[in-house]
Amino acid sequence: MSYVVLIIALPFAAFLINGLLNRKLPHRLAGWLATGAIGVATALAWFTAFTYFFQSTSFEKIIPFQVTWLRFTETLQIDMGILLDPISVMMLVVITTVSFMVFLYSLGYMHGEKGFVRYYAFLSLFSFSMLGLVVATNLFQLYMFWELVGVSSYLLIGYYYDKPEAVAAAKKAFIITRFADFGFLVGILLLSYYTDTFDFAAITNPNHSAFTTMTGSSFLGISVLTWALMLIFMGGAGKSAMFPLHIWLPDAMEGPTPVSALIHAATMVVAGVFLVARMFPVFSFHAPEALDAVAFIGAFTLLFAAIIACTQTDIKRILAFSTMSQIGYMMLALGVSGYGEHGLGFTASMFHLFTHAFFKALLFLGAGSIIHAIHSNDIREMGNLRRHQPVTHIVFLIACLAIAGIPPFAGFFSKDEILAATLNSSLVYFAIAAFTAGLTAFYMFRLYFLVFWNRETVYEHKPHESSFIMLVPMIVSAVGSAVAGFIPFGKFVSSDSQPLHIEMNQTVANLSIVVAATGILIAWAFYKNESPLPEKIASTLKGLYRIAQKKFYIDELYLFITKKIIFNLISKPIAWFDRQVIDAFMDFTATATNKVSAEIKGLQSGQLQHYAYIFLSGVVLIVLIMIFNYA
Amino acid sequence: MMEHVPISHVLIVTSAMFFIGAYGFLTRRNLVTMLIGVELMLNAVNINFVIFDRYLFPNQIEGHFFALFIIAIAAAEAAVAIAIFINLYRNIRSINVEEVDKMKY
Repeated sequence: MSYVVLIIALPFAAFLINGLLNRKLPHRLAGWLATGAIGVATALAWFTAFTYFFQSTSFEKIIPFQVTWLRFTETLQIDMGILLDPISVMMLVVITTVSFMVFLYSLGYMHGEKGFVRYYAFLSLFSFSMLGLVVATNLFQLYMFWELVGVSSYLLIGYYYDKPEAVAAAKKAFIITRFADFGFLVGILLLSYYTDTFDFAAITNPNHSAFTTMTGSSFLGISVLTWALMLIFMGGAGKSAMFPLHIWLPDAMEGPTPVSALIHAATMVVAGVFLVARMFPVFSFHAPEALDAVAFIGAFTLLFAAIIACTQTDIKRILAFSTMSQIGYMMLALGVSGYGEHGLGFTASMFHLFTHAFFKALLFLGAGSIIHAIHSNDIREMGNLRRHQPVTHIVFLIACLAIAGIPPFAGFFSKDEILAATLNSSLVYFAIAAFTAGLTAFYMFRLYFLVFWNRETVYEHKPHESSFIMLVPMIVSAVGSAVAGFIPFGKFVSSDSQPLHIEMNQTVANLSIVVAATGILIAWAFYKNESPLPEKIASTLKGLYRIAQKKFYIDELYLFITKKIIFNLISKPIAWFDRQVIDAFMDFTATATNKVSAEIKGLQSGQLQHYAYIFLSGVVLIVLIMIFNYA
Repeated sequence: MMEHVPISHVLIVTSAMFFIGAYGFLTRRNLVTMLIGVELMLNAVNINFVIFDRYLFPNQIEGHFFALFIIAIAAAEAAVAIAIFINLYRNIRSINVEEVDKMKY
């Protein structure tokens, strides 16, 4: 199965070619080159998945390719390789497929943009890094690709680098995820210090011997292993935009819309979920406290983001918060999951990741299609678009139904499994998850009705349906969103690689349908036609509404902490000390040297014979001294 | 034949040559004349090499070879020096050493 290397190498080759020949390549060629590369990778990924899942009976961890990259000692070395197991194969399929859609879509969406070739180079780099991340054989390789994902997201979010907001957003995304990655790195080092290995095969083996010593030693009453995993989760939370490290995600909407689709659907934000899933046996067996933290943060973010999403008016921001909320579902499901027999949450989480990739990609592609047509992100400037964009309307509706959890669309099945999994663990989590399911349906259909129904808006240009090349990926994703739910996911992906039999919990399913339908109905009543109701409710809940609209002032809180506390109380005194003491000392030595040399430079007259006189006098002097010393 | 000349005689000659050269180097203003001074000093040292070799180690010839090498190198050095003088003359129309003080500081 060594052809798996190609899945990763092809996007990288596309990145190199487009990146190095930036100005020399014609746009069309560059775009099709990158799209072709990812297309072949997609085909290979599907083929890999087919052979992996259907031609072998047990889902062992396979390493078809591995090279030693760095060798520190006999026992400690860092490899680069490819690890195939159910989740990485599943991720390969998701990433390549969504990337392919986005690449294809971008051919239309980005047509004629300045820096088109650069765009495709970065997009290829992004896919490459994410693919490298999911097949990593060890923590260190994962970390390297993890950082590559961070860099390429920075480059793509800041794609419109002449727009100050885009630059600020890119910086914000990079700094926050980088900050989280600091915790990740410390976690990796802690873990590998005690286990003497970076290898996933060894770390995720529940019987690995090193863990006993680690759980034995503790710090602040919590075992070192738990600390390590908490820190690793911190990295995951940063990339996956979990509270409180989520503030970069809404701003990341400054990038081109297809990039948002890629970031939100298949790459970047699911990296954190993947990380927890990858380390799941360790979490589950050795650090249940860390897993509880995952569940708690997941549940909190889930509700938190959904509430904010109800109040936003920027179409992409609504989708961004819905992503946060859906990722919260995945984290929650992982957090409440057990191992093996009780691994429903794990499977549900991966299932939701899979289905979410399709409908979230579709939502963003649809949003891009709308934005492309009317040149605005603000849903208050939209309305009645179903007349102008019939195809976009249909696929967007499918995506909304899928995310709201209406059968038979994909989101229903995965969300249902998550609800069932939370019910097994705690009623509180179940209540939050179920309530948020309704909230999700509400805000998605608020968006849908405001954009496609409601009043007729006067547009500057008459909106037109998007081009064929943009519609194709949307239709394909729509088909995916419609049918992906019927995959018996438990058979393929489970925490211990053994097929897991999942029965649908009829009560939970009915409940979730009712909740989702209620959400949709409320949205229908509020937003189908212009109505004063939403305004009324907003003004009754004045304070609360405002707080939610301002995203609970988390950004302001960050600014307060960084600007007021860290800058004023710590950085400024240090800066003063640096300028007034350290710099001043250095300046003093420099000025002193300068002054002295200015004074003594007159000794150099430029007259050769003066120098010769002095030289000769020196020689004579030395000779005299020697003579008198010896005599 | 050399045995009849005492070493001190030769040394007087070479010392005289050396200091005439040094004097010339320090007092002449013409660069070519200064170069002649340098050559005088060099050859004084050359003779010293040969003469000390002859008197101190009559069975060895290292001193002679030193002298030969120095002659070869001195020839190269003179060529370089004269090339510099020519360029200097082309630039400032003079080979007076007192006017060559552009490179100070």
